[in-house]
Amino acid sequence: MDLRINPSSGVPIYLQLMEQIKHAVDIGAIRKGEQLPTIRKVAEELAMNPNTVAKAYRELEYEGFIEVRHGSGAFVTEPKTSSAKIAQIRKAGEVLRHAMEKGTALGLSGSELRRVFEDELSRLQDNATPTRGRT
Amino acid sequence: MNDIIIDTHGLSKSYSGKPALRSLDLTVPSGAIYGFLGRNGAGKTTTLKLLLGMIRPDAGEFSLFGERVKSEASAIAARRRLAFVSEDKELYPFMTVGQTIRFTRAFFPAWRRDLEKKYLDMFRLPLETAVPKLSRGMRTQLMLLLAMARGAELLMMDEPTSGLDPAVTEDILRALAELAAGGETTVFFSSHQLAEVEQICDRVCIIDEGLVVIDGVLDDLKSQYRRIVLVFDGEPPRELADLPGVDHLRRRGRTASLLAHVDVDRVVDRARELKPISVEVHPVTLKELFLDHVRGE
Repeated sequence: MDLRINPSSGVPIYLQLMEQIKHAVDIGAIRKGEQLPTIRKVAEELAMNPNTVAKAYRELEYEGFIEVRHGSGAFVTEPKTSSAKIAQIRKAGEVLRHAMEKGTALGLSGSELRRVFEDELSRLQDNATPTRGRT
Repeated sequence: MNDIIIDTHGLSKSYSGKPALRSLDLTVPSGAIYGFLGRNGAGKTTTLKLLLGMIRPDAGEFSLFGERVKSEASAIAARRRLAFVSEDKELYPFMTVGQTIRFTRAFFPAWRRDLEKKYLDMFRLPLETAVPKLSRGMRTQLMLLLAMARGAELLMMDEPTSGLDPAVTEDILRALAELAAGGETTVFFSSHQLAEVEQICDRVCIIDEGLVVIDGVLDDLKSQYRRIVLVFDGEPPRELADLPGVDHLRRRGRTASLLAHVDVDRVVDRARELKPISVEVHPVTLKELFLDHVRGE
């Protein structure tokens, strides 16, 4: 599993780490039942704060994505297989292509479309990320 | 685990009538890596000096490790449990690396030989080299080794990585990450290097002109703050300045840029009522937070 974070982006680091771990599962780099590296190992490897890694693991556990067994580590529970994900991505691609063809028909250029897409995406993420009343 | 390691209330200090710190309240919990940020002259070094007992506050009080520090004796007791890495990295010039380690070890009965060896290996420090011949990075690493091997519960540093190359900086950050993962050490350091603070700190405090302007868990701050960029078909309306919940407003031509962190959705809704032709909401980086808060209005 190759984890990379960008501390200077405005996105909270624990969210980046959660996404990276989910992505690693999606592409099959780490699979159901397998153990995630320890908090200490991730913190050392990425030279990042262990409390932040712990928060990402707690949130993943809360989402049911991993299971933390005390004394033995964190294990992936997510049942989704990577092929199911690929099918989802293909399906989403079709939907987006359709939307973009419509946008082009309205007279928008490629870069204008990209801005619309990014605006909508950030709006979606803004609505999705606020805290759930827990820390 | 939730012990408070550094706790200050209303700490104030003036130098010949000029205030360096104005009622500073700081809370540093155990196990944190706490980044203390501010421009030159914002009061960072004054704070460190106060906490180390090198100077006395004009007003206010503070505790270290849960013990109120008010006398010379209590300051000395606290200093036994903390280590300080100063910006100028003072070491005895007539000793080699090995001699410096053996000399320091003799003062600390709880010296951790395992950590000494570990950081020697990690930093690849040359034992036979005289201290004045070390690079700036190696001096910093040696001071960190001395601080960590003596088992300090609190590591305080003044600009630890200023002037170091990226590879050495990364080594040092990695050592700090590892130290914090042990759960027994709290790290408090002042810095100008926003990128490294974003990378390693879980909590940050920004001070400006002796006052705290931002304080909190870094990821929480990033979740809360948003930059709202509005473009108008002409000059941005004056009412923007009166929108409730706007921390900071900047206008340039047709564009207005707002910073908000409370009820951002409502701020956006209110801004939309002013009929902008474009509204964008962006996440905010630590650098933007810093610049918006220390540049003033």
